[in-house]
Amino acid sequence: MAGAVNRLSRFNMTALALGFAFLYLPIVILVIYSFNASRLVNVWGGWSLRWYVEFFNDRAMLEAAWMSLRVAAVSATLATLLGTLAAIGLARGERFAGRALFSGMLYSPLVMPEVISGLSLLLLFVALNAERGFWTVTVAHTTLTMCFVAVVVQSRLTSLDRSLEEAAMDLGCNPVKAFVMVTLPLILPAIVAGWMLAFTLSLDDVVIASFTTGPGSATLPIRIYSEVRLGVKPEINAICTLVIALITVLIVVASVASRLSSSQGESAAPL
Amino acid sequence: MSTRRIFARPARYATIAPYLWMALFFLVPFGFVLKISLSQTAIAQPPYTPVFDLGEGWEAFKAAFEQLSLDNFRLLLSDNLYILSYLRSLVVAVTSTLILLVIGYPIAYGMARLPQRWQGIAMILVIVPFWTSFLIRIYAWINILQHDGLLNQILLALHLVSGPVAWLSTDTAMYIGIVYSYLPFMILPLYATLAKMDRTLLEAAEDLGASPAKAFWLVTFPLSLPGVGAGVLLCVIPIVGEFVIPDLLAGSNSLMIGQTLWLEFFTNKDWPVASAVAIALLLLLVPPLLLYDRLQRRQIEGGR
Amino acid sequence: MAEQLAKAENRSTEKTAPQTAVDMPLLRIERVTKRFGNFSAVNQLSLEIRAGEFFALLGPSGCGKTTLLRMLAGFETPDEGRILLGGRDIAQVMPHERPVNMMFQNYALFPHLSVHDNIAFGLRRAGMARAEIAARVAEMVALVKLDGLERRKPDQLSGGQRQRVALARSLARRPQVLLLDEPLAALDKKLRESTQGELMELQRRLGLTFIIVTHDQEEAMTMASRIGVMDAGRLAQVATPRDLYEAPASRWVAEFVGDVNLFEGQVISSEQGRLKVTTREAGIVTVAEPRQPVTKAIVTIAIRPEKIKLSRRGLASGADALQAINRFEGEVAEINYLGGLTAYRIRLDNGTMVRSVMANTARLDADGYGSSDRVAAWFAPDDGVVLEQ
Repeated sequence: MAGAVNRLSRFNMTALALGFAFLYLPIVILVIYSFNASRLVNVWGGWSLRWYVEFFNDRAMLEAAWMSLRVAAVSATLATLLGTLAAIGLARGERFAGRALFSGMLYSPLVMPEVISGLSLLLLFVALNAERGFWTVTVAHTTLTMCFVAVVVQSRLTSLDRSLEEAAMDLGCNPVKAFVMVTLPLILPAIVAGWMLAFTLSLDDVVIASFTTGPGSATLPIRIYSEVRLGVKPEINAICTLVIALITVLIVVASVASRLSSSQGESAAPL
Repeated sequence: MSTRRIFARPARYATIAPYLWMALFFLVPFGFVLKISLSQTAIAQPPYTPVFDLGEGWEAFKAAFEQLSLDNFRLLLSDNLYILSYLRSLVVAVTSTLILLVIGYPIAYGMARLPQRWQGIAMILVIVPFWTSFLIRIYAWINILQHDGLLNQILLALHLVSGPVAWLSTDTAMYIGIVYSYLPFMILPLYATLAKMDRTLLEAAEDLGASPAKAFWLVTFPLSLPGVGAGVLLCVIPIVGEFVIPDLLAGSNSLMIGQTLWLEFFTNKDWPVASAVAIALLLLLVPPLLLYDRLQRRQIEGGR
Repeated sequence: MAEQLAKAENRSTEKTAPQTAVDMPLLRIERVTKRFGNFSAVNQLSLEIRAGEFFALLGPSGCGKTTLLRMLAGFETPDEGRILLGGRDIAQVMPHERPVNMMFQNYALFPHLSVHDNIAFGLRRAGMARAEIAARVAEMVALVKLDGLERRKPDQLSGGQRQRVALARSLARRPQVLLLDEPLAALDKKLRESTQGELMELQRRLGLTFIIVTHDQEEAMTMASRIGVMDAGRLAQVATPRDLYEAPASRWVAEFVGDVNLFEGQVISSEQGRLKVTTREAGIVTVAEPRQPVTKAIVTIAIRPEKIKLSRRGLASGADALQAINRFEGEVAEINYLGGLTAYRIRLDNGTMVRSVMANTARLDADGYGSSDRVAAWFAPDDGVVLEQ
């Protein structure tokens, strides 16, 4: 490996090590301090679960968490349905009237500043005279997250070998059936990933939820946010750790599931 | 091509539901923002006039239309607060995107140079923090940066500073927060283009007399420009409108435009001005958004 | 036909011609070893290449030929041994500091640069003056006949044109040695054949040293003045194309290069320049004794298919003395008509299969052999090669 080209130089290794340390250290520190017995956030007082206990006794926090989980589950499901349909339309459909507008609308929320999305949705809900609360936040999150689902599913769809669908039709499937029997199982991992992404994004959002929710139905991030503005509280460390744990479990389950489904697909292929 | 045509009709039906959804919840709301930005502030619920009521017919519509005014936009131009916060947003977005590029490029480059089986793991490692809550990651930094936080403890222990440094409520803290939150958005598109790159091109450059550093600047970097473009846009657009990070980490003496909007809306309850700020912000973002849209479509639908 | 022969003759004289100054080799590889983990890609390999040679490294995939080439270019560093170029050890010299250029298998053209800039890339690195670069690029463009395409990007070129750009780019710096890694593999058969001729013409005109890596033996035979056959990290034989074919050094080389009939057996006598060997496959075989005396008792006799002649004469009769040796009877088992040639497989009476190739010299060959015909297969003692390994 003489060519400097092929070698993973010391510079590369340093960049990687520093980069990953930068990405992970803050989270690791947060998790460790969530088990701190001391009330002072930065004085180590030994291992303890007291802040977790505190959280489970905090009615307002628990309600907010429950609200967030429901919003995340419902909006992720809606977003996955709509986003997958949109991806199919864009990946398999021909040019249709307003295709450019459609893909523009679909991709813009990816980068649209949240304050704008939040404000505009709120003004819509006010104009529609909708009661603000669970459903308005859910609709807002669906709108925001379906584009992420669409991107994930569409890139999987476009990378898929078209001849598989052609083969299915050659063997007697109509287009819709070919899609359901052949393509859908193959893009299922992407759909699952899209759902998870939508779920975590919804669980994460402060800004849009602040605009679109009503009095008395705060989501968990809104609660955390207002607590954090007042300063660091050990209980927040515990809540954050729980959220991280939940998301990690979801990621592991999803990656195992996708590995299972892909290996199944391979073993089933010769049959 | 033939499959595409056969699938075209069912695929077109598939778009109906998401199309209507996006039109109703993404496109139409901008109409409301535009309309309200042209309305007068009022102490009422909702706090603006005129409230447009379809039931009152054409005359009412005309009357309402005549009441629209550009006053709010005049205010934006006349009050330094708005212009300064626009400028600050631009400066913060450009500066932090440059920092992101400088930090993200070596990481993405290092990832692309890893042995094949490590690359997938490295990619997951970059994505995972993106999945864990954004708010939590900012909060993690507050933990570290606060007055008696870990950073000050370490600096004091190493005798690098004589007393605790005030990190929170500074621009440094805000830049750290922004860079930390957006790093995956910069790394991933860069990595995607760098990993695709044919290594024999670099060998050819070296063979033709370019030193490794020269080969990088003459071959690798120009060829990674699409990734650089994607990463820059993916970061710069949302950072311009960023609210949570400056609100939690930066000082309160100068605001970014997202904070100004939030302030007008939640604190001053001035919805028309908030809408005007949103429209102005949107206008600012139209060119990069269009660029991003083109890039995105080329990327996803590429190869056709 | 006559023209071709003349050409071939021309070439063989050229091949011996370009002796520069003293007979010191331009490139000298001394006991070079390259390991990847436990696997030795190149193992204690030594080789000398003279200036002006067209040298081919031939071998099956995985034999280490590409690794050797990459060590010459500088992309791999040998674990042991020296690589001397004009007397200087370059084994540790970085690729961009070597007076050696490489033409890559997939061409490795820079997609963001035009044809002109691709060719000028190496010249700019050498710090050449602007006017000089322009002149050299123009010269190279003319040399590979790419006039008018200078402003195109690589993806606007055909495969053959890209190959020419790659060649021009690697030649532009006038390297002491040009390395070519499977340079014609991506071209279709017709284009490949014409390009072979052009490469040879170019090499002769510029008087450069070419080292080509290929797995295509026909390509190596056509172009190279010498061929090094590699197997498992070692050179199995280094020889001219003719010697490689007519006097292979080992059983492996004989089988790798072209088709061959092999008979293994025990030496029973050696007199008057004739070696008699009793083989399991064909009984007693007589061949000319090799220049080096045979040291082993068990040897392999190799006979190329075209040296095995078929005949109907004297079948089942007491044949004359000359043909009584190396003469076997059997029947035609398989016929493959190949245009200029016909390949036969003959099943001898003892069950052994023997391959024979005959030129189709007449358009209407009434006398040709049909399936299941009884024939006699024979070869001259001088056409058998004795292999000891």
